[in-house]
Amino acid sequence: MKRAITMTVNNRKLALDIDVRSSLLDILREQGLTSVKQGCGVGECGACTVLVDDIPVDSCIYLAAWADGKNVRTVEGECRHGKLSPVQQAYVEAGAVQCGFCTPGLVMTTTSFLERNKGKKLSREEIRVGHAGNLCRCTGYETIVRAVELAAKKQNEE
Amino acid sequence: MTVGTSPIRKDAVAKVTGKARYTDDFTMPGMLHAAYVRSTIAHGTVSRIDTSAARSMDGVEAVFTFEDVPDTLFATAGHPHSLDPDHVDVADRLLLTKHVRYHGDEVAIVVASSKLAAKEAARAVVVEYDELPVCVDAASALADEAPSIHADGNVIKSHEFIAGGDLNTAVDGADAVISGQYHTPVVQHCHMENHIAYAYMDDFEHIVVVTSTQIPHICRRVVGQALDMPWGNVRVIKPYIGGGFGNKQDVVLEPMVAFLTTRLDGRPIKLELDREECMTSTRTRHSAILDCRAAADEDGTLKAVDVAMTSNTGAYASHGHSIPSAGGAKSCNLYPRSVIRFSALTHYSNIPAAGAMRAYGSPQVIFGLECALEDIARKIGMDSVDFRIKNVARKMDINPLSNKPIRSAGIVECLEKGRELIQWDEKKRRFANQEGPVRRGLGVACFSYGSGTYPVCVEIAGCRLILNQDGSVHMQVGATEIGQGSDTAFAQMAADTLGISYDKVHVVTTQDTDVSPFDTGAYASRQTYVVAPAVKKAALELKTSVLEYVREMTGKETASLDIVDNNVVAANQPDCVIASLADVAIDAYYHKQRGGQLTADVSHKTRTNAPSFGCTFVDLEVDVPMCKIHIHQIFNVHDAGQIIHPLLAEGQVHGGMGMAVGMALFEELLVNPDNGRVLNNNLLDYKIPTFVDIPDLGCSFVETMEPTAAYGNKSLGEPPIISPGPAIRNAILDATGVAVNRMPMSPKVLFTHFHDAGLL
Repeated sequence: MKRAITMTVNNRKLALDIDVRSSLLDILREQGLTSVKQGCGVGECGACTVLVDDIPVDSCIYLAAWADGKNVRTVEGECRHGKLSPVQQAYVEAGAVQCGFCTPGLVMTTTSFLERNKGKKLSREEIRVGHAGNLCRCTGYETIVRAVELAAKKQNEE
Repeated sequence: MTVGTSPIRKDAVAKVTGKARYTDDFTMPGMLHAAYVRSTIAHGTVSRIDTSAARSMDGVEAVFTFEDVPDTLFATAGHPHSLDPDHVDVADRLLLTKHVRYHGDEVAIVVASSKLAAKEAARAVVVEYDELPVCVDAASALADEAPSIHADGNVIKSHEFIAGGDLNTAVDGADAVISGQYHTPVVQHCHMENHIAYAYMDDFEHIVVVTSTQIPHICRRVVGQALDMPWGNVRVIKPYIGGGFGNKQDVVLEPMVAFLTTRLDGRPIKLELDREECMTSTRTRHSAILDCRAAADEDGTLKAVDVAMTSNTGAYASHGHSIPSAGGAKSCNLYPRSVIRFSALTHYSNIPAAGAMRAYGSPQVIFGLECALEDIARKIGMDSVDFRIKNVARKMDINPLSNKPIRSAGIVECLEKGRELIQWDEKKRRFANQEGPVRRGLGVACFSYGSGTYPVCVEIAGCRLILNQDGSVHMQVGATEIGQGSDTAFAQMAADTLGISYDKVHVVTTQDTDVSPFDTGAYASRQTYVVAPAVKKAALELKTSVLEYVREMTGKETASLDIVDNNVVAANQPDCVIASLADVAIDAYYHKQRGGQLTADVSHKTRTNAPSFGCTFVDLEVDVPMCKIHIHQIFNVHDAGQIIHPLLAEGQVHGGMGMAVGMALFEELLVNPDNGRVLNNNLLDYKIPTFVDIPDLGCSFVETMEPTAAYGNKSLGEPPIISPGPAIRNAILDATGVAVNRMPMSPKVLFTHFHDAGLL
């Protein structure tokens, strides 16, 4: 069964005729937004994390139909005019990137996490809990925690 | 100089922006999708298979069963080809099988227009079996009445060596001897990108395979062997890869997609495993039983270590006996002045096939060895760190197995540094004589490892450098970037040796066997060590070509010239710029009478293997009634020679430590012993560490200078996973007096141990 939906994806209006069974992950990838990675397909790993109305969701278990009328953000939309977002920049500088497969999802989780915690001084424990839905097998999470600390520090200095 | 500093890694921006393309990010019009029909029993033979319903379903293009595939057994291990007939990998695989050997074995495959259609049709294939008894462990697989899992029986291979003297004399003459049995679990790599590959044909003969692999050139050979076709007709392309950890040092999907495209007129066919398949039907880490002895004198001199390893490879050999073989050999650098006996046996069973996983057999061997070392130190009443410092390798000790000198050894300094970092002496006093339900403990463990596989396997690496028209340089290597940062390290090396800046070196991150220099790939922590000489040689050759060309341009002698900061300069006066590299390049390309493209293309064989060392120190708390471990502090201290890129090096250490904590405390692929079914084939039930499960990770280096290495460097990729497990076990022993001789030290395991010890 098909259904017409409209959503804003990275500030661009999209009108799509979708199969109602499609996940948001499938639809975004079909649109060329291949930063959205599938690591498990059942909401365990967080590699497919995107922001729907600024809240991180596992797009593999989020029906595309539910995104109708909503604002979706993926990592492709985070850099502006050839410049990395502060969170992307912090991941680069802190050495938080290895194989890179979990990175887009984690960058989106951090982006939302910091937007929700503006001005707060964040403990490592709070950062860990705030990112517990994203798995990474390369880093042992240490440099990712550092990247979040770095991005938080820069955000609070602004 | 950029070696020794931490420039932004070459692929960082591509990865944080989502621009890095992995195998699944490439699509082709008309791409078909394949799905396996997997066995629903762990051992038996197919008595009937009916594909008619599946064939008639919408979108289904073809169904192939074990009756349709070549009758050619092939080996899948990602090893270089061996010219020694006694050293070839066990060929025990067919593309599809009638004799199923584990729960999930591949009996048929469906190709359809979508992944969903292929999966649905695969479920519609009817398969009936004649069941055989199921063996999941050494006891059942090695029993007299055990069924043969493969034609030649259930033992793949066994071997033994004694090095450094006579074992019995050493043991009999020692003041103290201990023995123990130690167990390590089946764990799974759980790289975030599941196995995926697709293939298509360029004409009637040439197959292109795009795949998430660590070993493109080996993969080309194995596909050729499996399909009995010329290796040169297979082109393997490796784009960005979402982690491997050894699981992609094996040829898993590629022969199948290549087979399918040959049978479907060269159309593009993709095979993508879901997480559940990837957990059970790719590879795992071999579980091991280690029967160990250690003998020492009262003064703390280690006299002998004796490790007997039984290694369970599961349904197929894959890397098979190479795992214990490498683990035993690489450990001989650690305590080289004692007598070392190592024996091992590898057997089949009806569980998922084990293959290569980070640090190969060393985490298993070192778990046994470093637990036994702790036990003997305690028996003679010596401090765990002092005992190790007394016995570990010194520079120019002779490795008793290889009889080669150890040319750099920083393990004593590593132990001293770790002792300071964790405040060992002060905490030892503080943690003494604890009682009550919650107790603190300190643990230490060491490791040694190799840098590559020589002399067991060939070590061949290739590097090609091209001076571009703008004076920048393109670099191609056959070695694979799999997230560890090898492209970045090679770029740093080339930049320094050429005299150009890091940003002027562009690395071709994709390997394509039709184009890339030959190299066997990412494994054995080999790449920085064995590729470095190729990079250095290529950089020196290109530099010579540039300077010779400048002589032709200017008449100045090459010996009077050098390259500094992207300029050709006077060697004795580096601020006197003669020409920029861009000017030299443009002249070489476009002058009508002279010059040409300036390139260097080097293939290098490394004939040394430098041992690397390190240790883990851990301070943890045991909640005895809750059977829970809380790690307060953990440090890995490594001697990996000179550190090429400190930030990436630290990242390798953190990653290995994180995986090691998982293996030590949570992870085990559980198998029902009655029917061979895996009970936790997903990331919810199989517990890899999440953000909140991992403590802050501490890492430090002792930088020795390895004289056999092009830049003083030694292995680092795998080693960080080796020693945290036994260090954690030793800390639990320190805290509670209970020796938990088995990983994972999960609450369930701790409960039985604490209960048996009378603590509960």
